[in-house]
Amino acid sequence: MSVLIGGDAGQGVESSGAGLCQAFARGGLQVFAMQDYRSRIRGGHNFYQIRLSERATYSHSSPVHLVLALTAETVPLHMDNIVEGGAVIYPERVKVDEEALKERGVQCFAMPLVAIAEEHGSRIMTNTAALAAAASVCGWPLSYLESVIRDNFQVKGAQVVESNLAVAKAAYDQAQERYAAAFSYKLKPLEAPPRMLINGNQAISLGALAGGCRFMSAYPMTPATSIIEWLSALPRELGVVTKHAEDEIAAVCMAIGASYAGARAMTATSGGGFSLMAEALGLAGMTEVPLVVVEAQRGGPSTGLPTRTEQGDLLFVINASQGEFPRVVLAPGTVEECFEAGWRAFNLAERYQCPVIILSDQFLASSLRSLDKGAIDFSTVSIDRGQLLSAEDVERLEDGYRRFAFSDSGISPRAAPGHPKAVQAISSDEHDEYGHITEEITNRQRMMDKRMRKLAAAAEEMRPPKRYGPQEADLTLVCWGSSYGPCREAVDLLKASGGSANLLHFSDLWPFPEDEAARMLKACRHTVAVEQNYTSQMARLIRMCTGLSVDRTVNKYDGRPFSPEDIVAELR
Amino acid sequence: MVTKMDAKTYDTTVEVTWCAGCGDYAILKALKLALAELGIAPHQVLLVSGIGCGSKLPDYTNANGYMTIHGRPLAVATGAKLANPELHVIVVNGDGDSYGIGCNHFVHTCRRNPDITQIVENNQIYGLTKGQYSPTSDAGFITTTSPDGAIEAAFNPAAIALAAGATFIARAFSGDPKHMAGVIAQGVRHRGYALVDVLQPCVTFNRVNTYAWYRERVYDLAEEEGYDPSDRTAAWHKAQECIPVGVIYQVEGAPVYEDQVRALADGSPVSRLLELARAPALGQYESLKERFV
Repeated sequence: MSVLIGGDAGQGVESSGAGLCQAFARGGLQVFAMQDYRSRIRGGHNFYQIRLSERATYSHSSPVHLVLALTAETVPLHMDNIVEGGAVIYPERVKVDEEALKERGVQCFAMPLVAIAEEHGSRIMTNTAALAAAASVCGWPLSYLESVIRDNFQVKGAQVVESNLAVAKAAYDQAQERYAAAFSYKLKPLEAPPRMLINGNQAISLGALAGGCRFMSAYPMTPATSIIEWLSALPRELGVVTKHAEDEIAAVCMAIGASYAGARAMTATSGGGFSLMAEALGLAGMTEVPLVVVEAQRGGPSTGLPTRTEQGDLLFVINASQGEFPRVVLAPGTVEECFEAGWRAFNLAERYQCPVIILSDQFLASSLRSLDKGAIDFSTVSIDRGQLLSAEDVERLEDGYRRFAFSDSGISPRAAPGHPKAVQAISSDEHDEYGHITEEITNRQRMMDKRMRKLAAAAEEMRPPKRYGPQEADLTLVCWGSSYGPCREAVDLLKASGGSANLLHFSDLWPFPEDEAARMLKACRHTVAVEQNYTSQMARLIRMCTGLSVDRTVNKYDGRPFSPEDIVAELR
Repeated sequence: MVTKMDAKTYDTTVEVTWCAGCGDYAILKALKLALAELGIAPHQVLLVSGIGCGSKLPDYTNANGYMTIHGRPLAVATGAKLANPELHVIVVNGDGDSYGIGCNHFVHTCRRNPDITQIVENNQIYGLTKGQYSPTSDAGFITTTSPDGAIEAAFNPAAIALAAGATFIARAFSGDPKHMAGVIAQGVRHRGYALVDVLQPCVTFNRVNTYAWYRERVYDLAEEEGYDPSDRTAAWHKAQECIPVGVIYQVEGAPVYEDQVRALADGSPVSRLLELARAPALGQYESLKERFV
């Protein structure tokens, strides 16, 4: 079952949606919530679509059963997705096209939400009344919403809590009396462990924190901003230094400086900011400074669709910056994978002394999913600083520390500046083993070989695509990053309708896991690349790295995420 | 108690590639003298530079150095300082690097006030790309990209630093390395951001602003009776003058950026990470999960 809350920006759609998610999650339901918002502070239609299920869900789903329309505009925009027997709850003052809804078999639940709010509290509690009405018609116990109200309004004082509770109770009772019997989609609480509601940005932040990230510099850019906000709000005792820099170039350079000094440092941005960071990415590559960059994609090119989703930066991220140097690109598909990528990226960056990019997008960054607390397992986190020399190691160094010493693996033992035996001057120019500038031919060749050998070593630990569904199938969906959820659910839908399908999901994108990918793709009967972009960048990457072509491509570039139903419809 | 060091400590055998007579030699010498005077050992300092002739200076110094990319050394230096405030961080870059491509970082570093010293090798020309006008070239200055003479007004580093909130602003002349060393030492001693703008002839491409041209014009502010560098208004007037050298402005006790970062109160990211890698304290994160329930 899906519930949608629609309204103008500034009307509290997001906080109401999040509150409702909490109320359902606390009663044991699994939640997936997708946010759709515009690039403005006030006005314009926003919505929050909450999918509820007894089982874990990985994506939103197109059909909607209950709509909370805070504005008249919400109704025509979502009418096509409301199922027969579904309903729209709206304030009596909002004029909706009841005839059109009734023609489609959709029920109209007008409620005096503003009047209830004013009578029992104040007008700004209208959304509380709306949420209570929604819970009521679904048969969802009020107590869950009450607990959320207590927790969320606690900081505003007992009076605000009490008023909101009174408003909720009144709206709940009235909706029950007037409409509950007519609404046949019901929800029942389940016995379940307490679950978290977490989005991709938060999961990356938690992973990075656990992985030892203690420095983060960024410039605000949707949809990556909440990463630095989250880390900035941490208790001071955890010692995470964050810096809102003057621009993205400064942001990435500060992270490089911090990492060079010996901290685990990262930055986060979207495609536009990443474009500005491109030159510095090469600095980290050339001077072999570990660096983690989160790139949460949005619709491009240029300013594009600032608050919407796209997977248009894959080939850009793999190729950004002049010249050739090793880098690693990870594209987690779920919040669990975001958490893991958050700490794994630092291990890879330090092991191979190179930039590691976590490529996500607006859909993954800001969609909330319910997760058992145990799914974020800090005991799985390891901190591997690679060939970073300890003070004792440095003590044993001979005079004349060679920061870029030639080695079979290409990795040179790294010492942070600050020790008498590890004095080093390093350069973004081509340099010798000590870091001094040189254009000498043999050195250049050896230094390039040394750096690029690290890429071959990193390739060894890149993970092959993950299969979902049966080993063999008539149809194989091929996707990467955030498309995992909708594709996985599309596979389930196809199976339920008697089809034979599975999924190959790529999360380690560079160095591309060529051999395993080729082996798995060759075993497929019919492959379809499902990508949230125009030019099928994953399909092109596969062809470039394996010589194999996918049989068909499905693309979406309207800025809205694929739903499982969208994918199935495209395949028909 | 500072133990002075021998300036030779910072010497290297790396071949210096600057033109004979270049003002950069004097800057290199003055920096070594200043570090020796302050007793800062090679491992205690981090020289961060950008790109350009002068930005090669760390290559010629026995000290930690990071030669980064054009215009960005202040940002890299800020990150390094925040990660390890124990390092003496000194930025060395040219006028194009600092006031042209890197100007955004320059202005924001002035108002941010980290404990970083910046030495700008200001020769009023782009030397490494062989002679184009720079932000500090005077109007009318003829170069390959300004064949009719530069149309823009020259950038005034001291005035802009003052307006942007810098807490230490000084000027030096590369014809007088001893004086420069004193000014640099004052800048490094200053708690907060310190700008040392060095007037430096480019003997190959700048035939106007020569050693002789400067010698006719520079005078030491320290010798001017009654000049008070803590007077912001007086500093503003001096910043417009041709050409006082020495400390133009200094305000002491202004809040230093890293001193105010709450997360640094119990240790730096570098020092804390060493502990973390030895014994990951992952249990302390468990309570954070409650924020999501």
